[in-house]
Order: sequence, then structure tokens, then C-alpha cells
Amino acid sequence: MKCVIDAKGLDCAALNERLRRAEGRIEISGCLGQRFLAAGMSGKTIAISGVPGNALGAYLNGGEIRVRGNAQDAVGDTMNDGRIVVEGNIGDTAGYAMRGGKIYVRGNAGYRAGIHMKAYGDRVPVMIIGGKAGSFLGEYQAGGIIAVLGIGCPDRPIVGSFPCTGMHGGQLFLRSDCKGVVFPDQVSVGRATERDLARLQPYLAEYCALFGLDEAGILDAAFVVVTPDTGNPYKQMYVAN
Amino acid sequence: MSGRQIIEAMRPMHDRSNGLGGGFAAYGIYPEHSELYALHCFFDERATRKSCELFLKERFEIVRSEIIPTRKTAAITDSPVIWRYFAAPLRSVQDAMQLDEEEFVVRTVMKINSEIPGAYVFSSGKNMGTFKAVGFPEDVGEFYCLEEYEGYCWTAHGRYPTNTPGWWGGAHPFTLLDRSVVHNGEISSYDANRRSIEMFGYRCSLQTDTEVITYIFDYLIRVQGLTLGEAAGVVAAPFWSTIAGMTDAAEREQHRFLRMTFPGLLVTGPFSIVLGYTGGLMALNDRLKLRSMVVGEKGSRVYIASEEAAIRAMEPDAERVWAPAGGEPVIINVKEGCL
Repeated sequence: MKCVIDAKGLDCAALNERLRRAEGRIEISGCLGQRFLAAGMSGKTIAISGVPGNALGAYLNGGEIRVRGNAQDAVGDTMNDGRIVVEGNIGDTAGYAMRGGKIYVRGNAGYRAGIHMKAYGDRVPVMIIGGKAGSFLGEYQAGGIIAVLGIGCPDRPIVGSFPCTGMHGGQLFLRSDCKGVVFPDQVSVGRATERDLARLQPYLAEYCALFGLDEAGILDAAFVVVTPDTGNPYKQMYVAN
Repeated sequence: MSGRQIIEAMRPMHDRSNGLGGGFAAYGIYPEHSELYALHCFFDERATRKSCELFLKERFEIVRSEIIPTRKTAAITDSPVIWRYFAAPLRSVQDAMQLDEEEFVVRTVMKINSEIPGAYVFSSGKNMGTFKAVGFPEDVGEFYCLEEYEGYCWTAHGRYPTNTPGWWGGAHPFTLLDRSVVHNGEISSYDANRRSIEMFGYRCSLQTDTEVITYIFDYLIRVQGLTLGEAAGVVAAPFWSTIAGMTDAAEREQHRFLRMTFPGLLVTGPFSIVLGYTGGLMALNDRLKLRSMVVGEKGSRVYIASEEAAIRAMEPDAERVWAPAGGEPVIINVKEGCL
């Protein structure tokens, strides 16, 4: 069953109300800036044409959202479960404090992708960005997996300034040798081993299947993995404790 | 471009503001008076207008004086007296004060805004004008009948005041001479900036932070003669660590010089701003990029907004939609001969 919603003229409350009542595969057309779409919902399968507004899928608790073009800021803010797929680029603070679920972006990400991502128990949030990421990637990351693939990005680096600032958990992968990228002192940066990549691989396979990409070709490149350096913790940054 | 398009572009951005301030700046709207300063004023009552006019007549030849046309709408209430003057400085007075024309106008605006209770000059450029009110921007546009104005460049803003009152003079854009600023964010360094800029004769009298950005750009560009890019390097200066890492020695030295020379004019805290001026626009984010900004193009037009949706509202087929980096100025000038 397919349900088509024309978003033209609907504000965010009206559009969300339509979403709540809709069943089956839902297609939103003509979306233009309506915020908080599918916030807190679960079990919906939604495809969006047009530009969804900020905080798309905030507190998402399951189901799938697919954006046919670009998405704006704060996609998947504090999301708990489910999958958000963006065929274009994504704005700033994607996956802000997400604690479960997946965000897969074909294009580039803005500033602060994966800020304060965290994991708990069996919940491991995952974010994969196909192109480049802006500055402060993975800021304050506390858990989960972030990967930036730099597909089709000849100019280096594939990440902006100050990546992994305040990182204290999780893993961050960059498909690059990261030449010239400056990381903070409190993280460990090294070439990803087979064991590291084995952790990423199932998600990468899912990502490649979604976008019709060649997984083996993508894996056939240098990957750098970043984790917190437990030997050099954040001590006495503000107070002696 | 008619104001109608700009009003429509603000509709999908309705939820970004809360009805306590909306405004527009339009460039190229007064070609018939392009050599005169267009002074847009708020007065709390008729008597204030009369006394302010007496003061203005001591300094200006007023060529035209009229009420700014508005339409009654349910959404906009408690309107002050809204007036505009097309005026030329009296040369004899200006010479006696030993000021150039623009400095003379700036000092007059500062004097009115800080010394005549209930009177505010909220726009003072040539062949441009600011229109603002307490309300949602789309309602403010209807209120001022902006569909009747044609300009080559427009900015618009919806306000969501969090720290200061929502009043008519506090709506954006904030304008001095032909420079106008719309601002999304809040300035952490406001009082340091205010104390610094007030040393140079400016008076912050409009009860909100953005006004200081307008004065900073006026000072850096008009008084100090900096280019737009250099002024951006003061307002959103790179971190010292970023400067240290610059490979071009001349670039490194220039940024060091700008930070050392104008430390009080570094604006910190979240901002994305659009500076309008005669002939173009400059968009600028704070260096940490704590607010969003998107740029798009179509044909000979360039669009800048806090959200891509606002650009798509004006131009669904916009191309080259991209987000500038923090501290990276985007300068767009009207093609030569189009002014």
C-alpha cells in the first residue's frame, strides 16, 4: 500500500499529523522546510521529495526515512532507532546525540556531524557519509561508529578542521591517509586494521547496497581509525580533579 | 526584483521567528532620489516628529518629507509614526563641523537615536531603505506594501528575541548609511564590542546586539578603509592556531596584523550575517559556524539563506547550493553597469 502526501501548504504540525495517520509506504512530495518531520515516530517507511526542514527524524524510534535530495540541519537529533538515508548532502549537526539507529548520507555533511553520538548496551549508532565532512566531525563522540568515505573527492583532506575534538568513546573511520589533518592529543589515530574494518564492514555493505556502490572498491583504500586515547585522558582541562 | 518574491521566501521560514520582529532592506528602490539620503524614521508621537524635524532642518535640506506607505493589517499593531525624508546635508553646517558628508550623516543619526527620546533613524542610505516592525516578516512585508518596490538586492529577517525586548527599533536589518545587517545568532562578545566601538563615536541605543555589527562594519570599511574581506578577517578572525598553520607568509602576517590591530572588534558567539551595501552583499558565519548558512545560484541571481528551503521557495531549480565554511566571507557584487 502506498500513501502519497502533498506537503504544499502544510505546516510542520499538519504534515506530521498526516504522517502519524498514514500507513504503508509513505511518499511526501513538495516538501519545503517543514521541521521535525517524523519526530519520535516508529515503524514508518517514508520517502521525501523536496527539502525537509531542520530536525528531520528527531527522536526517531524506528522505521526508515529516505530523502531524495538534500537534508538540512540536525537530522536524527537524539534518534534512538531506525534508519535515515539521504541521497544528497546533509546540513550541520547531523545525528546530534544519536544513541541508536543509522544515518547514511550519499553526499557531503556540514559541520559537527555525529556530535555527541553515544552508545548504550546493544545500541550502537552508525553514521556513514559518502563524500566529505565539515569541521568538528565527531565532536564529543562518546560511542558508536562514524565513517567518512570521501568518494569522488579528489581534493584532500576529506574532513574540515578540528575533527574528534573532545572524543571520549566510539570509533571514527576516515577513508583517507589523513595527511595534513590535525587531531587532538587525546585521541589515537592509526591505520585501520582488518579487525577494525570488520566492525565497519556490515554497515558499509548495507550502505553500498542502498546506493548501488561497489563495496570491494571502496574497501580497497587506506582507512584511518580514530579512538580515544585512554592513556592520555582529559584531565585537569578545567579543574584539578 | 519585487518585494513580493522576498515576502514569499520568508513564509516557509515562519517557524524560525516568533512574531517579535521582521524586516527587509532593499537596494535600488529610490532611483528618482538616488543622490539624496533616504532617512527612514520611527517617532513615538507627532510632537516627536515635529521636534526631530526642526533638528534635521538645522543640518539638512529636506527635499521630500512623507509618511512611509503602509496598509492596515490585523497582524501588525501599535505602529509608531513611520516617516521618511529625502535629504541633502547642508554644506555650510557640514564644513563648519569639519566633517566629510558620510561622517556628518552618521553623527546626525547617532545624535537623534541617542538624544531625542522617541525618535529613531533606522535607515540612512542612498537609493536603499530598511523596512521593519514587530511581527512576522511576511506580515511586515505586507504591512509596508513591499510588492510596490523594485530593487536589485534584498535582505530579509525574522526575529526570535531571546535576551532583549522585541520592539520596532530592535527588528533587523540594522542600517547605517547604506550598510545593513541581518543576523541569526547572538553575540557573546557584545559588551566588549560595544565598549570598543563607542570609543569611535558610535552609540549603541537600540537595545540589542546586532546593531554593533553594523557599526563595526561601518568603522572598518568606511573609516579605516578595509576591504570587505579584511573586515571579515577582523569580525570572524581565524584562531591563532589556524593563523600559525597558514603556509602563505603574507596571508599569515595579514591575519596576525588584523587581530592585533582590532582585537575589540572580533565578534564571538554564534552568528550568520548578511551585510548589504550599495552594489552587493557579503555573507559571513562565525568561525566556529554555530549558525547555518546556505548559498545557491540560478542564472544571474544569487541567493543566501539560513536554510536551503528558503532558497528553493524563491528558486526551486537553484544550482550550486553550498554551505560556506565558518569565517569564510561570501562576497557577491552586482555586475558592473547594472546599478
